[in-house]
Amino acid sequence: MAREMTGAQMVVEALIDQGVEHIFGYPGGAALPIYDEIFQQDKVQHILVRHEQAAGHAAEGYARSTGKVGVALVTSGPGATNMVTPLTDALMDSVPLVCISAQVPTHLIGTDAFQECDTVGITRPCTKHNFLVKRIEDLPGMLHEAFRIASSGRPGPVVVDIPKDIQFKTGIYENLKGAVRTSYRPRLEGDERAIRYAVAMMASAKKPVIYSGGGVINSGPRACELLRELAALTGFPLTSTLTGLGAYPASGKAWLGMLGMHGTYEANLAMHGCDVMVGIGVRFDDRITGRTDAFSPNSKKIHIDIDASSFNKNIRVDVPILGDVAHVLEAMIRVWKEAVPKHDAAALVPWWKQVNAWRAKKSLRYQKSADVIMPQYAIERLYQLTKDRDTYITTEVGQHQMWAAQHYGFDKPYHWMTSGGLGTMGYGFPSAIGVQTAHRDALVVCVAGDASIQMNIQELSTVIQHDLPVKVMILNNQYMGMVRQWQQLLHGNRLSHSYTDAMPDFVKLAEAYGAVGIRAQHPAELDDAIETMIASKKPVIFDCRVANLVNCLPMIPSGKAHNEILLPDDVADEDIGDVVDARGKQLV
Amino acid sequence: MPLPGESHSAYFYQEQVKTVERHTLAVIVDNEPGVLARVIGLFSGRGYNIETLTVSETEHEKHLSRITIVTTGTPAIIQQIKSQLGRLIPVHRVVDLSLAGAILERELALVKVRGKGEPRVEALQLAEAFNARVMDATTESFVFEITGKSDKLDQFISLMVPLGLVEVSRTGVAAIGRGPEGL
Repeated sequence: MAREMTGAQMVVEALIDQGVEHIFGYPGGAALPIYDEIFQQDKVQHILVRHEQAAGHAAEGYARSTGKVGVALVTSGPGATNMVTPLTDALMDSVPLVCISAQVPTHLIGTDAFQECDTVGITRPCTKHNFLVKRIEDLPGMLHEAFRIASSGRPGPVVVDIPKDIQFKTGIYENLKGAVRTSYRPRLEGDERAIRYAVAMMASAKKPVIYSGGGVINSGPRACELLRELAALTGFPLTSTLTGLGAYPASGKAWLGMLGMHGTYEANLAMHGCDVMVGIGVRFDDRITGRTDAFSPNSKKIHIDIDASSFNKNIRVDVPILGDVAHVLEAMIRVWKEAVPKHDAAALVPWWKQVNAWRAKKSLRYQKSADVIMPQYAIERLYQLTKDRDTYITTEVGQHQMWAAQHYGFDKPYHWMTSGGLGTMGYGFPSAIGVQTAHRDALVVCVAGDASIQMNIQELSTVIQHDLPVKVMILNNQYMGMVRQWQQLLHGNRLSHSYTDAMPDFVKLAEAYGAVGIRAQHPAELDDAIETMIASKKPVIFDCRVANLVNCLPMIPSGKAHNEILLPDDVADEDIGDVVDARGKQLV
Repeated sequence: MPLPGESHSAYFYQEQVKTVERHTLAVIVDNEPGVLARVIGLFSGRGYNIETLTVSETEHEKHLSRITIVTTGTPAIIQQIKSQLGRLIPVHRVVDLSLAGAILERELALVKVRGKGEPRVEALQLAEAFNARVMDATTESFVFEITGKSDKLDQFISLMVPLGLVEVSRTGVAAIGRGPEGL
């Protein structure tokens, strides 16, 4: 029903009509009319962060743990520029986000006004789309279209930039949810012929592998179920990217572990040696492929994706199937059941034998210690002590992130939030705030590093104010561990600025904010500390002191092929500086 | 130690020598603020080439503009360019005219030449030979308007250099398929 109201009222009204219950933001001059409307209603709850970047990451965590669109609200100028990192992060990892940014009044645009910046210009390359609202008549349509664009097709961030005078202007609001305002209409159904061709290829495979990614989770719970069904139906081994963890259960029979730079031996060798690769919601990025001209040299590649630009971007594929993962897998399973009524499971026996031989290498094995807490052990204990609860894990970026991905067994989708594509240190803690906001009673643990956590540590204030009992488990090794590892690997172990000399006392820091601080230094203290953390009703910072100089392995160094993976047994920590050649050292 | 001549790209291991093709793309977009910036930003951000670019509203009632882009790249890059353009929300269609069969490509240039005596007569004769029209004249200058394929314009302009070329303004390529069918 069309009603007359101000632009600021329209913003809140549109959020309500879109079913938004929580938004993350920070007020400022140009956003005050919208904040005034938020004050006068109780349907949309606002979480006040301490830095706009955290609002963006919190909205990302919210979106990734619910499948809904995350919403952030910021003011003009610095409010908007502080959103650039989370917007880019959301674009890289295809997270549905709507950011409402306030702008200076239209008559001041272009005058270098106070807190003015060219928000749509700055955010154009880091959003899926953005709008500058110049007329009140456009506002309802743009707000609802922003949600449609953010959540459909390949999801991504959308900015709606609203000048202050438009927020005050009066116009007619209509609930335009679902109305199509632009030419954007992503195609969901895959091409039937391509699917039949792919199924025939899969049915005759002797050494197949399923390579699944974040696109499966983005497609929805149905896609994750269908992925499991496809794996069971075909008997193919399955590996996943970092962002795809949980779509297929880590306890599942087909599970090979994560692939890529820090993936398992069996996953990477299966990718290298397969004859048919089924890529589902993946993008063949450089952390996955390693050396591209040696990537899976003898396989036919099937690639299912909703974004046509993913096809042949980095790796040439044989059968691209454009469409939504759930729709395509549904069709694929149907065709498989028709065309391959009696699949010869025996044909895959030699392949599984080979895969199991690779598995027997136990590439995630690490040196156990009775004196110091090994970081991998800390993650293993966290997993064992939290796996029977509804537990959500977020991470920052670095070694701890990879150890969490390797050693925590994810059995469900939407329970793992990490910054994959952009690799944003400072993502994990605010992301956990978003997750906890959506799942008040769940256990939300941010696995952090001592360096990353300090990039958004101010959010301790947010979790106290909003009573969000987020747990932060810092694997504290006193270094920027991944930077240190690369310096050891590539730069003669000259540890340029990767050691933090003035580390805060994290326990006291937590207490200063009103949170709980815990510390463990010895393996014998670890379980108790984790139990205390879990049992606390308050936010907790757990300073888990781990072995300082451990390298994250296995590792495929940049510029190497999958079969050149470094295993813990192959290379002692002190020799690791000799394994990468001059050309590889130039890579990222 | 960096090796001389090596690219620092993560993908330098791939063979670099591939045929570079020249393609003319017609991109139908919503005529709205910022749409050209989206297209140009895509090319600069991802390192694609633009040889020429023209843009103008073509269907006023539907608020549609047509952007004609001449670009170069390997077949894989050209395909990426088309896919990436297709991702932009205000883009309705991307048509690769170079694949669509026979096409007409035309460019217009305004060419100012200054001179007296023999060079001035020669410039006028050449202009006639190239079907260029005199749009402005003084006793010591001409402004020619010339239309044709880009290489014809290149040739005409290079001939004008020794005859007193002062200034050139070119439109970039406009292109359309031959025959009765539309896009």
